[in-house]
Amino acid sequence: MVATLVRLRFLLLFNTIKSSPWQIVATIAGGLYGLGILMVVVTALIGLSFAPPELARTAIVLGGAALILGWTILPALTAGIDQTVDPARLVAFPIPLDTLLVSLTVSGVLGVPGIVTSIAALAAAATWWQYPLAALVAVVCSAIGVLTAVVGSRMLIALGSRLNAGRRSREARSAALIVALLLIAPIVMFGGQFIRQLSADLPRIADIVAFTPVGAIWAVPADVATGDFGRAGIEFLIGLATFGVFLALWRFGLARALETPERSSSISTSTRGLGLFGVFPGSATGAVAARALTYWVRDPRYAQSLISIPVIPIVILFIAGAGENLAPLNIVGPVVALLLALSIYTDVSYDNTAYALHLQTGVSGRADRLGRVIALATFAVPVCLVATVATVWVVDTWYLLPALLGVTGGVLLTGFAISSVISGAVIFGVPAPGESPFKSKPGGGFSLMVSMLVTWTALIILVLPSLALALMTWATGNMAYGWAGLLVGLGLGSVLLVIAVRVGGNVLDRRGPELLVQLQQQK
Amino acid sequence: MTTTDSPAFEIRGLTKRFDEKVAVDNLDLTVPSGSFYGLVGPNGAGKTTTLSMATGLLRPDSGQISIHGVDVWTNLIAAKSIIGNLSDGVRLFDRLTGLQLITYAGLLSGMDRDVVVERAGELLTLLDLEGAGSTLVIDYSAGMSKKIALACALVHAPLVLVLDEPFESVDPVSAANIRDILEGFVGSGGTVIVSSHAMDLVQRMCDHVAVIANGRVVASGTIEEVRAGSTLEDRFVELVGGRRHGEGPAWLRRS
Repeated sequence: MVATLVRLRFLLLFNTIKSSPWQIVATIAGGLYGLGILMVVVTALIGLSFAPPELARTAIVLGGAALILGWTILPALTAGIDQTVDPARLVAFPIPLDTLLVSLTVSGVLGVPGIVTSIAALAAAATWWQYPLAALVAVVCSAIGVLTAVVGSRMLIALGSRLNAGRRSREARSAALIVALLLIAPIVMFGGQFIRQLSADLPRIADIVAFTPVGAIWAVPADVATGDFGRAGIEFLIGLATFGVFLALWRFGLARALETPERSSSISTSTRGLGLFGVFPGSATGAVAARALTYWVRDPRYAQSLISIPVIPIVILFIAGAGENLAPLNIVGPVVALLLALSIYTDVSYDNTAYALHLQTGVSGRADRLGRVIALATFAVPVCLVATVATVWVVDTWYLLPALLGVTGGVLLTGFAISSVISGAVIFGVPAPGESPFKSKPGGGFSLMVSMLVTWTALIILVLPSLALALMTWATGNMAYGWAGLLVGLGLGSVLLVIAVRVGGNVLDRRGPELLVQLQQQK
Repeated sequence: MTTTDSPAFEIRGLTKRFDEKVAVDNLDLTVPSGSFYGLVGPNGAGKTTTLSMATGLLRPDSGQISIHGVDVWTNLIAAKSIIGNLSDGVRLFDRLTGLQLITYAGLLSGMDRDVVVERAGELLTLLDLEGAGSTLVIDYSAGMSKKIALACALVHAPLVLVLDEPFESVDPVSAANIRDILEGFVGSGGTVIVSSHAMDLVQRMCDHVAVIANGRVVASGTIEEVRAGSTLEDRFVELVGGRRHGEGPAWLRRS
């Protein structure tokens, strides 16, 4: 039975990969990426074997603890672990619970992340080759560590599966993750300095982590190597107990989840009346705009593309080498405009086959294009304006304001234009409606990356005139160039947008049925 | 050039292939104006493909389709404005409320907002969805989703209704209410085409029927002509074939 379930997992995986050549390419690219990371980690761990044991201990304990924590917490937030063999789908079959536990653990270890983790853990054991006894202990401990990580990845999900049932909680979880991602920036900013100051204290931190459930098992070999057998014994017991507790909790959670299968949520969102449909003009264009803006509010896949916006100033400061000089902040406006404007170039792909309604009603492609741009513009324009004025104010470069507004406006309008043409012409592999916004379709990421490269290049070429004028303003300090840049940026951008709405609209009118066929295959 | 004298649907030589597989094979079909037309056929016979091409959602490889004299694929907008379409197997914009979705469909068809909102309220009542107008469509059951999709097809008062599996997962009471609406529509001069697997329903509800198998029409006409004295179900099995006789595998029998 265990072998059957593990085989099922690989069968499902191969069938997904086989379905398109792009997915094969993407899988290979993903595999190479994993291999690259693995090489770096393994090399570093082997290198550690020549360092003093204290250093190796600190690195391995902290790394190992992060590994188990990551495996345990990340899937619960994203629901992005490999659910190819989803316990909920096996409910109908008479499989004993323990058999199911073993099968899921084995398929977890044999997945790509599982294999990478196992090899890294083995390399950590190899670090102790100069101490044969420690190396032997390390192999056992690494195995326990990997199993704890794999079981941990299932544990929180199984425990939370009753919570997870239903759309609301899925959305709440996405929101939580988005907030967490937002917090990364300040953590990196302050944490980076903190760690630099504390690097001397790291061994002491490792000492503490070595007595926590997630770190204990990784400290055992080091303490064996240095001859501290008492400590090693205690840590081994803590690590083993952790594995046992994780396993018991998972078993409990899975048993409960199988008895109370997912129900659809009974709580429902409700909106009295027309909502945004009563606010926008009652035309086809207004209706598309109202629908698109409603989705920006209600669909986490759209919210996800806004995550990076607040982080941008911090990232830019960081890249520029956080110093007294705030000048790099001036490019925040154009960068925010770029990200916002290009956030709708997967719009029709996001619609999925619901797009059929646009075809059925015969709405003009132009109304479709314009409506989507208007929805985005309602908040993108104020955000870009505020971002530009705020950065100019902070950096005190008021003489650059017209030039920067020219570039920002130009990027925004040109980005709208490019999105309008592309979203109606190309269908991308994006998460379907209701799926986790972080779920990546095999092969989707690759085609998205290629098209992103093309669109960014095209955009930069198209805004070169206003960009050049902005640079002239900066170089000469002559504001006349800035005012010219403002005119050129907004003028050129508007012309491009008008053309793009026509071209994109015509493409939709002409190729609508073919687009729907592609969307149906995407499903 | 819309005339209710010309047939509601005139399909000639319609063909569509997907890669190697011929889904619709030189299909001819005439749907008289004012008829309640049933389309039946086994799974994979090409019903959905035919209806998609007839309503301008899927481009045919060859063949002509006209609706009340309007050639569909050369006058897409004109054709779509007189068709009300319920497609099977496509998603809805399900993060809108029921009321918003109907309003959206109406506005996209170029209707006036006040008229749309008034009709949307009426449709919600007629389809037993009054309480659900302010609920997101994503929280609807399968049957409710069908009904809201039907409302979207009706809101612009079309001349011809093309409904792909409209009764699937709809409860019996709502199904009866929907039939009343459709019969009233036909009685006032409209034309309805439904595809369905429920032979009894088609026999009772429709006045014409076409049996489709392997992408071709194998029989068509009034219900009486097609069933030729037998029941529609027996006649269907006879025409399409594939019925097995026997008691199933030996190991499944209890005694």
